[in-house]
Amino acid sequence: MNTQNPLIVSVLIDPKTSLDLNLQQWDLLIRQARRSGVLARFGFMLERNGLLADVPSVALKHIQSTQTYAYQMAMSLKWEIHCIQKVFDTLEMPLVLLKGTAYTVANNVAAAGRFFSDVDILVPEDRIEDVERALIHWGWKATYLDAYDQRFYREWMHEIPPMEHMQRHTTIDVHHNILPRTGRFCPNPKLLLANAVKVSDENAWVLSSEDRVIHSATHLFHEGEFDHGFRDLSDLDLLLKEFNSLDNFWENLLKRAEELNQQIPLYYALRYTTLILKTPIPREVLDDCKLWYPNGIQREIMDWLFCRALMPNHPSCDDYWTGFARWVLYIRSHWIKMPVRILVPHLCRKGWLRLTEQEDH
Amino acid sequence: MDSKGILLQIGPFTVRLDSCIDVVNQSVNNLYADYNFFEEASDIFTDFYIRIDRPNFYRGYLRSQVQCYVDGITPFKPLPIAQSYPFFEWGLNWIIASHVHYYLLIHAAVVEKNGHVLILCGEPGAGKSTLCAALASRGWRLFSDEMAVIDLQTNEVIPCVRPISLKNKAIDLIGKLAPDAVFGESYPETTKGTLSHMKPMKESVLRGNERAFCKWVVFPQYREGSKTCLTSIEKDQTVIKLAKNSFNYNALGSLGFNSLCDMVEESHCYEFEYSDLNEAITLFDKLAY
Repeated sequence: MNTQNPLIVSVLIDPKTSLDLNLQQWDLLIRQARRSGVLARFGFMLERNGLLADVPSVALKHIQSTQTYAYQMAMSLKWEIHCIQKVFDTLEMPLVLLKGTAYTVANNVAAAGRFFSDVDILVPEDRIEDVERALIHWGWKATYLDAYDQRFYREWMHEIPPMEHMQRHTTIDVHHNILPRTGRFCPNPKLLLANAVKVSDENAWVLSSEDRVIHSATHLFHEGEFDHGFRDLSDLDLLLKEFNSLDNFWENLLKRAEELNQQIPLYYALRYTTLILKTPIPREVLDDCKLWYPNGIQREIMDWLFCRALMPNHPSCDDYWTGFARWVLYIRSHWIKMPVRILVPHLCRKGWLRLTEQEDH
Repeated sequence: MDSKGILLQIGPFTVRLDSCIDVVNQSVNNLYADYNFFEEASDIFTDFYIRIDRPNFYRGYLRSQVQCYVDGITPFKPLPIAQSYPFFEWGLNWIIASHVHYYLLIHAAVVEKNGHVLILCGEPGAGKSTLCAALASRGWRLFSDEMAVIDLQTNEVIPCVRPISLKNKAIDLIGKLAPDAVFGESYPETTKGTLSHMKPMKESVLRGNERAFCKWVVFPQYREGSKTCLTSIEKDQTVIKLAKNSFNYNALGSLGFNSLCDMVEESHCYEFEYSDLNEAITLFDKLAY
C-alpha cells in the first residue's frame, strides 16, 4: 500500500495542502476527485476555506464546471421533492427522505456538491402498497419487471424495485428498511421512523442526526461495490464533523447503534474515517466502540481490506491488491445480506448474465 | 505503453491519447499534423485522458475488438478493431459533452468568415458536416464540425478544430469539390455508414485561438433535388431549437439560458434547404460580404 496518501485524500483532510501543488499534481487531483465523485464537494470546501482564488485557472474551470452541474442538480432535486410531497399529501403521511436527498433538504455540509442518481425514501412497511399505487397514479412506473427481479426485491430486499417517473425520468427508491430483510443485522425500522425529524420550513422529514450517521455507515459497510466508497466515507467524515457540536451527540450515537443493532457498521465508520480522513473523534468514543469488535486477527484483515477498497476509485490510488480487496468485500456484502441458500443461486445468476452480456454491471 | 502517449492541444482542451494500436497513432499524427504536440512536464495540465486498446485477450485478439478508456473507465461497448481511430474521435466527443460545463456546447458545425461565425445546427444526417466541409474548403475558417463551444461570460464562440467527419456520399462529394483536401482512411460499416475524416486546413488550425461572435444561426436540411432556399425564422424558436441540440443546456441552468438568448439576440436566424453545394457556398459567401 502506498505510504503516501493520494492527493485527494490529503486535500480533503487539509484543503490548504492544495496550495503547494504543481500543475501536473492538480491534473491528477482533479481526476481522482472526479472519479470518486467528490470534485464539486472539494470545490465547495475550497470556497468555504477561502482558497478558490489560489487554484490555477486550468484546474479551476473543471471544479467550477462540476459545481455548476451540482447546483443545477440540487435545483432539480428541490422540484422532484416538491412533486413527491404532493403525492404524500394525498396519502396523508410524512415524506421521510434518506441519504443524499436528506442531506440536501436538511442542509448538511455533506450536501454541498454531492451528486445522487435517485431519491431514497423510507415508509412504514404496511404502507408500501399505498405508496406504490399513489406513485403510479401520479406518473411513476415500475422498473425491473422481470419475474426474478420482482421476487428478488419484494421478498428479500429492503426496498421495492426502483420506480421511474415517465416524464422526468427521475428514479425513486421506496424503502421500508435500511437493510435487506434477509440481512443478519436488520434493524427495526419503526425505531428509525419514530425518531425522524421534520425539517423546518419543509414539508419533509429526515432521520435524526444519529440515525443519519448510522444509516450512512450501514449503507457503506454493507456495500458490495465501491465506486462511491470514498465519497460515502467523506459523507461520514462531514456528518460527524458537523454533528460534533450537538449536545451529547457521541453518547447518543453509540447508544443508538446498539438500539438499532448497527454497532459493527458504526465501529467501521468511526475507525476508517479516523484512519483515512483523520476525522476528529473523541478518544473515549473510539475506545468505547472497540468493545464491539474484539477479535484482533479479524480486525487486521478488515483494515487490510477496507483501507484499500475505500480509496478513491482511480487507478492512481490502487495498489496491487485493491482489486482483490474489493472482490472479497463484494462477496462479503452478499454474505452478510443473504443466507447461503439464496446467495449462491443469486450470484450464479448474476455471473451468468454478466458472462452472456445481458447485464452491464 | 506509456512512452507512446500523445499529448496535444485540441481547441481549448489539452488531450492525452495512449494507444498500442499503431493505426490510431498514425491517423492522429497524420490528421492532426499541424497541431501543437507537447512533452509531458510538471507545468502541463491535461484536461482529458483517452486510451484506445484491445480490452483483453478474448475480446482483443479472438474477437478483434477495441475499447476506449476514458481515464481508465469504459463508458462504451467495444467496437471492431478496424474502427480504432474513429473510436478516439467519438470518445473525445463524449468526454467533452459530458464533462465540460464551463462552456455552452451545441451539437453543430461552425465556420467563420470576416470575423463572423456561422453556426450550422441540425439533426445527424441534415448535412451540416458536408456543408461545413464545403465552406471550409472554400475559404471559410473551420471552428468545428461537431460542436459550437460558447464562452458563458462573453458569448464568444471558441474554435475547437478537429478533423471533419464525413459520411457515405459526402466523402466523394467533398473529394470532388476540394481536390486538395487530405482524407484519412475510410471506415466502412460503422453505425453511421462509411466514415472518413478530412484533415482541417492549416490556417484554421494555426488560428485556433482566435474566437469570434456568432452572426448567423442556420438550420440546414439537405433534400435531394431541392432548390437552395434560405428562410428567416423567429429568434424564440431558434433558442428552443438550439437548446434541444445542446449537450449541456440542462446542466447549465440559467447560465446556459442567458448565454443562448444573448447569442441569438445578436444573430440572424434561418432555416436552409439545399441540394447543390456550389449554390450553397455562393449564398453563404454573399451573406458574409
